[in-house]
Amino acid sequence: MTERSFAKEVRDLELGAGEVFRGEGILAITKALLQSGVGYVGGYQGAPISHLMDVLSDAQGTLAKLGVQFSASASEASAAASLAASVMYPIRGAVTFKSTVGTNVASDALANLASSGVKGGAVIIVGEDYGEGSSIMQERSHAFAMKSQIWLLDPRPNLESIVKAVEESFELSEASNTPVMLEVRIRACHVHGSFVAKDNKPPPFTLKQALENPSRDSDRIVLPPASFVHEKEKIRLRWPAAVSFIKERKLNEFFFGDLNEVGIIMQGGMYNGVMRALQRLGLADVWGATRIPLYCMNVTYPLIDDEIADFCAGKQAVLIVEEGQPEYIEQSINTILRRRDLNTKIFGKDVLPMAGEYTANVLLEGLRAFLTVNLPSSLSDQARAPNKLQIDDDPHVKTLAGAVPPRPPGFCIGCPERPIFAAMKLVENELGPHHVAADIGCHLFSILPPFNIGTTTMGYGLGPASAAAFNVESDKKPISIIGDGGFWHNGLTSSIGNAVYNKQDGVILIVDNYYSSATGGQDLLSSRANNNSRSTQHPIAKAVEGIGATWVRQIDNTYDVTKIRDTLREALITKSPGPKVIVASSECMLNKQRRVKPAFHKAVKGGVRMVRERFGVDEDICTGDHACIRLSGCPSLSVKRTDDPLKDDPVAVVDNSCVGCGNCGEVADAAVLCPSFYRADIIYNPTSFDRFVGQLRSAVIGFLQRRRARRGIAFT
Amino acid sequence: MAMGGQGGGVLVDWIVALCESQQWAAQSTSVPGVAQRTGATVYFIETLPLPQDVPPGVRPVLSLMAVPGEVDVVIGAELMEAGRAIQRGLVTPDRTTLIASSHRSYAVIEKQVPGDGIGDAEAVYAAANVSARRFIAFDMAEIAEKSGSVISAALFGALAAAGALPFPRQAYETVISTSGVSIEPSLRAFALGFAGATDAMGAPKRVASKPKHFLSLLPIGHAGYDLLIDQARRKFPAAVHDMIGSGLQRVVDFQDLAYGAEYLDLLAGMLALDTEAKGHVLTVTAAKYIAVAMAYDDVFRVAELKTRGSRFDRLRAEIGVTPDQLVYTTEFMHPRLDEVLGSLPAKIGKIFEQWPALVRRLDKFVNRGRRLNTSKLGGFLVLYILAGLKRFRRVTLRHSIELEHRNKWLALVKASAEVDYELAVEVLATRRLVKGYSDTHSRGQSKFERVMSAVKRLTGRPDAADWVRRLREAALRDEDGVALSGALKTIDSFLYPGSSAEV
Repeated sequence: MTERSFAKEVRDLELGAGEVFRGEGILAITKALLQSGVGYVGGYQGAPISHLMDVLSDAQGTLAKLGVQFSASASEASAAASLAASVMYPIRGAVTFKSTVGTNVASDALANLASSGVKGGAVIIVGEDYGEGSSIMQERSHAFAMKSQIWLLDPRPNLESIVKAVEESFELSEASNTPVMLEVRIRACHVHGSFVAKDNKPPPFTLKQALENPSRDSDRIVLPPASFVHEKEKIRLRWPAAVSFIKERKLNEFFFGDLNEVGIIMQGGMYNGVMRALQRLGLADVWGATRIPLYCMNVTYPLIDDEIADFCAGKQAVLIVEEGQPEYIEQSINTILRRRDLNTKIFGKDVLPMAGEYTANVLLEGLRAFLTVNLPSSLSDQARAPNKLQIDDDPHVKTLAGAVPPRPPGFCIGCPERPIFAAMKLVENELGPHHVAADIGCHLFSILPPFNIGTTTMGYGLGPASAAAFNVESDKKPISIIGDGGFWHNGLTSSIGNAVYNKQDGVILIVDNYYSSATGGQDLLSSRANNNSRSTQHPIAKAVEGIGATWVRQIDNTYDVTKIRDTLREALITKSPGPKVIVASSECMLNKQRRVKPAFHKAVKGGVRMVRERFGVDEDICTGDHACIRLSGCPSLSVKRTDDPLKDDPVAVVDNSCVGCGNCGEVADAAVLCPSFYRADIIYNPTSFDRFVGQLRSAVIGFLQRRRARRGIAFT
Repeated sequence: MAMGGQGGGVLVDWIVALCESQQWAAQSTSVPGVAQRTGATVYFIETLPLPQDVPPGVRPVLSLMAVPGEVDVVIGAELMEAGRAIQRGLVTPDRTTLIASSHRSYAVIEKQVPGDGIGDAEAVYAAANVSARRFIAFDMAEIAEKSGSVISAALFGALAAAGALPFPRQAYETVISTSGVSIEPSLRAFALGFAGATDAMGAPKRVASKPKHFLSLLPIGHAGYDLLIDQARRKFPAAVHDMIGSGLQRVVDFQDLAYGAEYLDLLAGMLALDTEAKGHVLTVTAAKYIAVAMAYDDVFRVAELKTRGSRFDRLRAEIGVTPDQLVYTTEFMHPRLDEVLGSLPAKIGKIFEQWPALVRRLDKFVNRGRRLNTSKLGGFLVLYILAGLKRFRRVTLRHSIELEHRNKWLALVKASAEVDYELAVEVLATRRLVKGYSDTHSRGQSKFERVMSAVKRLTGRPDAADWVRRLREAALRDEDGVALSGALKTIDSFLYPGSSAEV
């Protein structure tokens, strides 16, 4: 079950011609796929494209009606490989994943696909995870397009342009027998806007037809000599076909302006940012009118030499707005102009930063610098030398640096991964620090306070593989971590199989929370719930044993900190050879609450006896040393200043958002912390028996309490 | 600016729907991704009125990110998030209305500090006052809770009241009513948010921090206790009365009247070192920390606090149990042999201490988590009986250890007071480092000892008191005493220049 329900969005997917679609960019893309007559869709979830996968997953009914096949692929490689269906058959296919991590994983299949060429339109939608909000290393997808010769579209970030780009991608792909990559940045994926919908189109040629009439052509298979032919064909046939399609269909856009001495060439995705910078310089308005001519490349690969030359001809200088590095486009444009002996000066990474996101202020400064040199008359005095914002220098504002705490993402309330790292911390206290190879997933939050555990991440599912070199005699074994998501993505072979085969002497901790949680709670092979459209409930421990691991411990309750600590300790000191695999399983709390909470409230409303657990702290007993927080970091375990004049430091407090996961009690117990924690079991709708026993108990207890109170001193 | 899980997305959807309902163009973006997992996240909305004469199909080109210096309204769903917006330059005096909930949701790095790591809320108010055109702050988390809704609805109400958008209140309420889910609670929170913002318009509100509640040094109608009170009132100057009121009650409650008399005697010793010229700071500090030291946290104390009738009532209120619900509480105890031995008579306990191997073996039987249900008879009785045993506390091993520590500490206070009044005050206040249970307690104790040993080396220097204060602050900064070690090294570097003495 995914994090969000997409019931409303599924309805939006069925909008017909003329109706207005309102929503997020990524959902507009989903609708555009259906309008394009796509035959199959695959992909691997991950921000910023998770919602595309989630909404399709919820839209099985709509897809079935249309005859569109949808796979939740095991990895980006699986997704990209599925595009093979478009090599021999005139079927449109699309896959999606986050980039560049997903494109890295998919690149083997993508390279083969690009070599074979396609008959049906093959589109790869990549969520360009660059800049603020990104969770991965910062790279460009552009390089992948260039190296495999896949056309790259980077449309203007509004819903109409994006939807149009999806439709054109398929056509371009078919016209040039080349796969097309459509790049959308994080903000564009989440931008809220609208476009006028068209009817959905069932695929004209179906997968069923293909299967029943198989066709093959050895010239399309990547093997010599065909592969050498492909390489030449890319340049001789496919490239020119693409160029003429892009020109004829005017995929790139020219915006005219009266200040013809200069111009700006930009990636489509940069358009809104550039326009805002021009507005701030007084050279454009909010309705799209600009005084500086613009060439907006909705296709950033291949470059259209003629269009670029035409745009630059007669101009004194041109600014290239290209986010990220290296500056592939700028280099190519320099080559194009040199070949044609055009002497327009090229500005780009000299006035704009080479690396990092092109934010509003970065673009403003870059444009200002460009125009100050090349057309100072276009700038008003104020635009050329604006008053610096005084407010940044105000001492009160500067003081904030010490007062406002950083708030990185962390484990949710009641997260089942928290106790695992609390246990690791306890083992660390006993046996000293170990080398810990981390992996991708929510569990990577362990690197942050309060746990501060983990040294490296080398990619999804590669945690244990990244500890492979440490397979040497030592008193301390390396610990590596991998989540269930990474495990099924490729970790079973790349990490576990690798460790078994190489007799890797180390501890592998598999964090199993029943979902691919970091990407939005999608199901996996080992998910425990019944999923009508997928096959689940395949235990990780069984897979690990199946691949040959012998020291395997399955822990079915991660909240049992003592047990995890003891198992981890045992794994670290045992003489048993090969990998020591611990599978620690408990359900992702975010997903569990989404399932359990409504049911609980409904039952309570219906008068059913229900018990809710939550934790609390006895304020009198807490001494305010916060050792419990250093083993938790749970959002619901906080601190508060007390009115007790004898206490200096704030005491711990559990707020009402506590879901009673048990970590507090377990940690207080396993770490021998302090007795201030209590668990309250609150009985809703108690039965008459409950009440009777309760009254009996409180009568006796109350009697004893009053008796003691009478003998003591009654302070008022 | 919000934290993941606060429902920022809902508020954004409402604002967009509101603008569109008033024939404005609106575009929102966000960078949620994994930052949604409890981290700080930013949403951005750009909106403008659509003029009548715009040809159909022409749409505004809106930005996908906020431009510093050009933001009209910034909404912080938590106080520090408002501070973060100011830091990012999004709040400027010429145009920004800053709306913030004044409540705090502490970040991990604030909570994990062994001392008080809470960020300075006043810094945000000070910065907001200079950077925002208008600053509206009040506690919207409270409103959300009161109305059974989420903070987004209260923020939406505050936005309406702020009048930064030229839309009538009715338009906002219509958006909520047509949104479909939990309409009633949302409208309640909206109304309270609207009223709250109207109220806070001129003067941003703060979440009042509870002032320290001193117990008065007045008779309570118990002959024995009132005698002590009377004594204290006569012996000690008025400046100390408040602290003694609290300290005396704590100590008597911990043990008995005789223990209270002992407390007053110790304090009298401190008063003898004190002078009115210094405002009796030494005695006030002593009244606080001697009480803390005397009322140490042992098995009997915990058992007593856990079994009191008043605790049962407080707990029901704290967790919000309604009268028709039953509640059972499970206590998480983890006694080690140390605690058991500490509760034995000192003589017997000391014998055990000479047999470490035996202690280790016995510890295996004792040292494990024990869960006691104090609302059931079995669990309650165990702790009730334990609490009753406190009358034998004075002969226990733990008490003799505490007594020894206390005497050493107070001897050092006296010695310091003779040469340096301020230093003596700081030595008293360093007792703050000793807290927690088991390992945490030992760590605190060892930090305390390290500072105490530095006191001896620093005595005689004019800046001695200042340094002891700095050492204490350093000790409270992290668990393992890294900052403390650093500070001690600095001290040694000027006490013993040239040598590389390690502490």
